[in-house]
Amino acid sequence: MDAVSLARLQFGLTAGFHYIFPVLSIGLGLILVIMEGLYLKTKDPLYERMTRFWVKIFGLIFAIGVATGIVLEFQFGTNWSTYSRYVGDIFGSALASEAIFAFFLESGFLAILLFGWDKVSPRWHFFATVMVCLGAHFSAVWIVVANSWQQTPAGHHIVTDSAGRVRAEITDFWAMVFNPSSVDRLSHVYMGCWQAGAFLVLSVSAYYLLRRRHEEFARTSMKIALVVAAVASLGQLFTGHRSAHYVAEHQPAKLAAFEGHYPKSAPADMLLVGWVDEKNEQVHGLKAPGMLSWLLHFDRSKPVRGLKDFRPEDRPPVQAVFQSYHLMVLLGLGMIGLSLMGLLLWWRKKLFETRWLLWAFVLSVLAPQLANQLGWFTAEVGRQPWIVYGLLRTKDAASKSVTSSEIIASLVMFGLIYLLLFSLFVFLLNHKIKHGPDAPPATSEETAPGEDAP
Amino acid sequence: MSIAFDLQSIWFLLVGVLFTGYAILDGFDLGVGALHLFTKTDTERRLMLNSIGPVWDGNEVWLVTAGGALFAAFPEVYATVFSGFYLAFMLFVFSLIFRAVAIEFRSKQPMAWWRRTWDTSFCVSSVLGSLLVGVAMGNLAYGIPLDAAHEFTGTFLGLLHPYPLLIGVTTVSLFTMHGNIYVILKTEGALQARAKSWVRWTIGAFILCYLITSVVTVLAVPTMVRPYEQQPLLLAVPLLTLLVVANIPREVYHGREVRAFLSTAVTMIGLLALFGIGMYPNFVHTTQPSHSLTIYNGASSPKTLTIMLIIAGIGMPLVLTYTVAIYRIFRGKVTLNDHSY
Repeated sequence: MDAVSLARLQFGLTAGFHYIFPVLSIGLGLILVIMEGLYLKTKDPLYERMTRFWVKIFGLIFAIGVATGIVLEFQFGTNWSTYSRYVGDIFGSALASEAIFAFFLESGFLAILLFGWDKVSPRWHFFATVMVCLGAHFSAVWIVVANSWQQTPAGHHIVTDSAGRVRAEITDFWAMVFNPSSVDRLSHVYMGCWQAGAFLVLSVSAYYLLRRRHEEFARTSMKIALVVAAVASLGQLFTGHRSAHYVAEHQPAKLAAFEGHYPKSAPADMLLVGWVDEKNEQVHGLKAPGMLSWLLHFDRSKPVRGLKDFRPEDRPPVQAVFQSYHLMVLLGLGMIGLSLMGLLLWWRKKLFETRWLLWAFVLSVLAPQLANQLGWFTAEVGRQPWIVYGLLRTKDAASKSVTSSEIIASLVMFGLIYLLLFSLFVFLLNHKIKHGPDAPPATSEETAPGEDAP
Repeated sequence: MSIAFDLQSIWFLLVGVLFTGYAILDGFDLGVGALHLFTKTDTERRLMLNSIGPVWDGNEVWLVTAGGALFAAFPEVYATVFSGFYLAFMLFVFSLIFRAVAIEFRSKQPMAWWRRTWDTSFCVSSVLGSLLVGVAMGNLAYGIPLDAAHEFTGTFLGLLHPYPLLIGVTTVSLFTMHGNIYVILKTEGALQARAKSWVRWTIGAFILCYLITSVVTVLAVPTMVRPYEQQPLLLAVPLLTLLVVANIPREVYHGREVRAFLSTAVTMIGLLALFGIGMYPNFVHTTQPSHSLTIYNGASSPKTLTIMLIIAGIGMPLVLTYTVAIYRIFRGKVTLNDHSY
């Protein structure tokens, strides 16, 4: 494998692994705000126990998110130095904003969230929870802005300096921030995060109900999570649709790859499942004829630009994009079905007794995680062969001074370390879940002896 | 050397301020890590961890911010340095991962082998991380081989030259001393007594490293000394730094740990100022001076530097507010309770 492919593999591995954790921090952050807000409003100690239990899990998730996130902050420089030189004028300010506006907020108030129960009043603690949740949401803003600029560059011009170096420089900061895809992609990412948080809580609650442990705790947690899951899953229909619109307008080759649509100018079908025959430039599967044209233009006979419109060297890998996109959509539909079924049974007062649904909820924790990963895979692989769409090709963007063997060394290390981290994370998460929330007479009131702050 | 008050110089200063903030803040928690294995009982080790518990990840954010600011303001430098120091930097990242995980996981299980493993991991990764930060800075000062396009042409082993290693060891000793004084401030009883018994060694080790580094730099790294020949007034900086360093053992001797801690913090400011003066207006010294990366050929456009100044102007007061608030809330001696690590 050449150095560029190795660098891509490493970026994919480290970004994909990292992306398990901040997604959960954002989603769980929102749920913590709801739980602790209900506690302040009702003073019901049940909500306090819920908050305390999920805060502990939040802490675990956050720590791994920080540890794996630092890798990404610097990987643009280590492995993609040509890219960094080309986009630094634009990309760097988004990344620096992320740290200044989001990470400090998040990590600072997290200290109060985790360790401040006895140091500040309940109101201040709630304030800290809100700030952590906001910080987590802010961090997504800047990183999605930076990535969206790679998808749909705007607010820049291309400059060649006296030494002959070419790079993109900013001309309009707000046009860069609100580039054509930022808002749609950010809302799509948020919904994915909320799903991840909600289905984690659903899964753990369902597990307790099936095991007949902490039942009151589990029922109340489940109701909160189910509402968030349903809102986010239905919201995903809307944000996903909006995202497809910007892709159609700004990245037509990517859209064509989503559905394996080859003809230059013909109405485009939508497939539920299928297989792309890349050799003969056809797609086979379960089709809704003209449906993609209808979704984009409300007209089933309207033509959509196909892959044949692009030179082969400008097309993304079709099969991979097609399959990841369709799997993401199927998972999205599944989550809508599952959460609506939950709401229906809740309304019929059968939610907590329907064991097959509880089992489905236990497993459902994987669905948003998988869908989030597939969504990013679709977005990033669908952008190929470009690293910055239409401006810089991925093959030209890697570090020239880093050799294949160096990348193999770091890649193997990342593989091993992340395998270890992931096993430990699952082990400790499982341990915390098995241990469950602390018993109702909260032990937290007692203050440790010798606590005499000067 | 003439100092210009242009955007590039302002950003050189600001990136320096961010790295100094990182050194002062993460410096003490790296130092606590370096001393971790010298404690004996499980309670003492938990106290060590919890003394930095609420703040270590916020401290690490300073590194992330400094890195982001470097990327935004000097993309050419960011790209050259991180790709050039590839393997060294990967080792640094691995040490930060192990450190974070060790802090978070250590006390989650009661088994002795589990805790011992993470204790060792916490200590080794703290020392390795500090060492590599110093080695990187030593290389920037000593000079690395770059070609005309600013691509690094050296090797990983070439980075482990004696001078950068000396700076690395000095950094470890500086952080360890800083962390030691922090432990004295945050603990009481037996652990504090133990920390007090280490302090003469950690201060002694640092002062020895500091003196050797000063002499070696003057003798062997002429680029770092040239600014003082051109502008003798700048000699005030190394002289003041020397006085502050001398003040550390004095404050400790009189039992004024807060002042001692401030002195180690100011020492870091002084040492990084020396580094900045020696580098300016270069960012990376090269073995071939015509290929040097300066704050001008490495910078972003003036427009981006201006935008970044606005972002920093809005963001940094907020950051300082939270930082002060968090340190105030968690002031005083560390105690263990059921939320502790």
